[in-house]
Amino acid sequence: MKYLHLIWAALLRRKARTVFTILSVLTAFLLFGLLDTVRTAFNNVGGNVSGADRLVTVSKISFTMALPMSLNTRIQAVPGVAAVSYANWFGGQYQDGRDFFPSQAVAKNFFDLYPEWQMPAAQRKAFRDTRTGAVVGENLAKRMGWKIGDKIPLQATIFPQKGGSNTWVFDLVGIYHVSNPEQRGNENNFWFNYDYFDEARQFGQGSVGRYAIKLTDPKQATAVEQAIDALSADSDHETKTETEQAFTAALVGQFADIGLIVGSIMGAVFFTLVLLTGNTMAQAVRERIPELAVLKTIGFSRRSVLTLVLAEAVLLLAIGASIGLFLAGIAAAAVQTQIGTQLVLPPVGATEWLRGLALAAVIGIIVGFLPARRGMRLRIVDALSGR
Amino acid sequence: MKRGAASQLRNSAAAVGYFVIPVAIVLFSPWWLLLAIVAGVAALLALTRAGRQMLSVTRIGISTIPQRLGASSVVVVGIAGVVAVLVALLAMAQGFQQTLRETGNDETAIVMRAGSQTELNSVLDHDTAVLVSQASQVMHGPRGQPIASPELVVVASLPKKATGLDANVELRGVGERAWDLRPNVQITVGRKFRPGLRELIAGKDAQRQFAGIEPGSTVKLNEQVWTVVGGFDSGDSHNSELWGDTDIIGSAYRRGSSTSSVTVRLTTPEAFDAFKAALQADKRVQVDVSTTRSYYNAQSDTISTIIRILGTVVGAIMAIGAVFGALNSMYAAVATRTREIATLRAIGFRGTPVVVSVMIETLLLALLGGAIGAGLAWAIFDNYTASTLGSNFSQVVFAFRVTPELLWDGLKWALTIGLVGGLFPALRAARQPVTAGLREL
Repeated sequence: MKYLHLIWAALLRRKARTVFTILSVLTAFLLFGLLDTVRTAFNNVGGNVSGADRLVTVSKISFTMALPMSLNTRIQAVPGVAAVSYANWFGGQYQDGRDFFPSQAVAKNFFDLYPEWQMPAAQRKAFRDTRTGAVVGENLAKRMGWKIGDKIPLQATIFPQKGGSNTWVFDLVGIYHVSNPEQRGNENNFWFNYDYFDEARQFGQGSVGRYAIKLTDPKQATAVEQAIDALSADSDHETKTETEQAFTAALVGQFADIGLIVGSIMGAVFFTLVLLTGNTMAQAVRERIPELAVLKTIGFSRRSVLTLVLAEAVLLLAIGASIGLFLAGIAAAAVQTQIGTQLVLPPVGATEWLRGLALAAVIGIIVGFLPARRGMRLRIVDALSGR
Repeated sequence: MKRGAASQLRNSAAAVGYFVIPVAIVLFSPWWLLLAIVAGVAALLALTRAGRQMLSVTRIGISTIPQRLGASSVVVVGIAGVVAVLVALLAMAQGFQQTLRETGNDETAIVMRAGSQTELNSVLDHDTAVLVSQASQVMHGPRGQPIASPELVVVASLPKKATGLDANVELRGVGERAWDLRPNVQITVGRKFRPGLRELIAGKDAQRQFAGIEPGSTVKLNEQVWTVVGGFDSGDSHNSELWGDTDIIGSAYRRGSSTSSVTVRLTTPEAFDAFKAALQADKRVQVDVSTTRSYYNAQSDTISTIIRILGTVVGAIMAIGAVFGALNSMYAAVATRTREIATLRAIGFRGTPVVVSVMIETLLLALLGGAIGAGLAWAIFDNYTASTLGSNFSQVVFAFRVTPELLWDGLKWALTIGLVGGLFPALRAARQPVTAGLREL
């Protein structure tokens, strides 16, 4: 630590070079921060990372197939099931449809299964009591400018009403908030009363898209999954039950291998970065060989010369990485306002910072090592005489 | 003091002007204009006295590159990285878009229930399907039947070969005339399915992606056993689908006699407007009518736009990093050549040849980097297959397409980075005071 001013002086020796290097390190870490939030956002689509104590039951053929309503009471009777609710995909469009959000019809008790979605008790009750009632997440309400009491018309893409009309009008009775930022994707959903939906839709009465099940004990998940699937084995509507987490992960995995794409880009970026800063460090040390020789002459050990050069490289990267990650946070917020509510980018948080800084340290050591070893090994006589 | 600041401001404003204009020219001009500019510069270099001076200074500069290989390779590798990532991502968008676009054309039209947007959402009852195929604008086959295929799109869940995890595959029930409707569909293995039987044929990409649908194997859907009797290649997004008989799939999925859509071959592409008008005027049906071209174009827009934006943003951020890398290297290059440049100035060379020579050197390095990056992207990613969830909630397989246009775009980005990264070091080289430069050790 006491040599900090020495390291600092070395960095300030050629200000332009240091600034340019920091700027390119900065862009690399800006990308790192941004891409990492995108990756986390994709992993959290649907947002239910906490859903280990909830199961989802869908048709085994594919989750686009409907299941009979009669399963509800049978699932309820399975040991280990605390509560059952159900939902049906609606896929409505609001206005010109450019601003898509998921909309689903759900049973009255649906929100009891999601205690982490905070909603005033009066609003929970209003959803139970209002035939045309709808509940949305805070994020979606803000974006669309909705408030409690608004009438919201959605255009059906799958389910017209009995008279053939595609327009469904709902009354907004509740707005919920999700406090965990990583699960805030759940605030983009539009939920409305299944009973009204089932009564008024043109076809498909008495069927639901999926069952949501709350377990009494998450450890029993596998046993309960098997028991539920056994209910409909060998029938014409076999089911597949899995944890909410597994269900969401499988769904997201179908979009694309985000991990692979992001990983390849990061690989290209950091490979370039290592080469670039490595070259800068080599240059910086080459220019300073006589100075390093002087340091050695006045008694600096081989070790401390090595440490000095390594520390310089790590410091350079750490400065660039910090500014880059800081900017990534700002940029992520800006991107969020652009892409709307379809994908919620979590803030660049402690994990990204930790991972980013660790990466900076590792790269710093890699690029600093060769020049540092050169500085450590140089012979005073040769270096001072410029050989 | 104040005056100094003002002139500095003017200088930097001029410098910004110097490169904003060339950058705009490089990024937005068509290839022939750039070619003309390059030819013009080449002619200038070869034919005028000043040009020959520039050329010889450039030659000296380039001949010193081996002495500073590290710094020069930073320019090349940095730019290669940017171009490779940019071209790869844009090729992904291009591939997805092209695969879907090739599925549609102007001679066929698709009819779905009003407001449904995608086939998966759409439900048409039997009477509507019959009415649609009886429209007078529908072409008739040799035996007098209308070339119309009532189709049912449903989704099945099958394990993917690569991961072993279940993913959605599109199961399309087609009518008997589907083969006349889509003459591009070729049976590559086995045979066509027989109407009325639980038989399926699998598209080329579906076979490659999903396990257990090789010809001869059986698939269990809803406790019923289906036999895969053949494979087909359509050269478009139907390759990601399984095909069977509409009626049989309808009964397996409890859809009764309803279908998702009716696709018809029109007598002429011009008949589309009349076809659409006739169906929309008919009070008995509520349908949306579009050509298959506009239907499939719309399906590809969202995803390809997202990938393009992602590619451009990532590319732009990387490009900024590469500019700083290039600036660093070129400043270093100019610094090591201080004495040499000062000597040139002392024996009478003017500033312009020095500026031009540094610029040409940077642009050549950038061009090399761009070519390496574009070449890598082409070698690794051309025809690289990937898949994503399409709008029918099932996997659409597509191949990356590294088109000549994308390679050209990549080179343009490379030249832009070179231009920006070379200009300031070049100006510095020309402005160095000769005497100070000569005294430098």
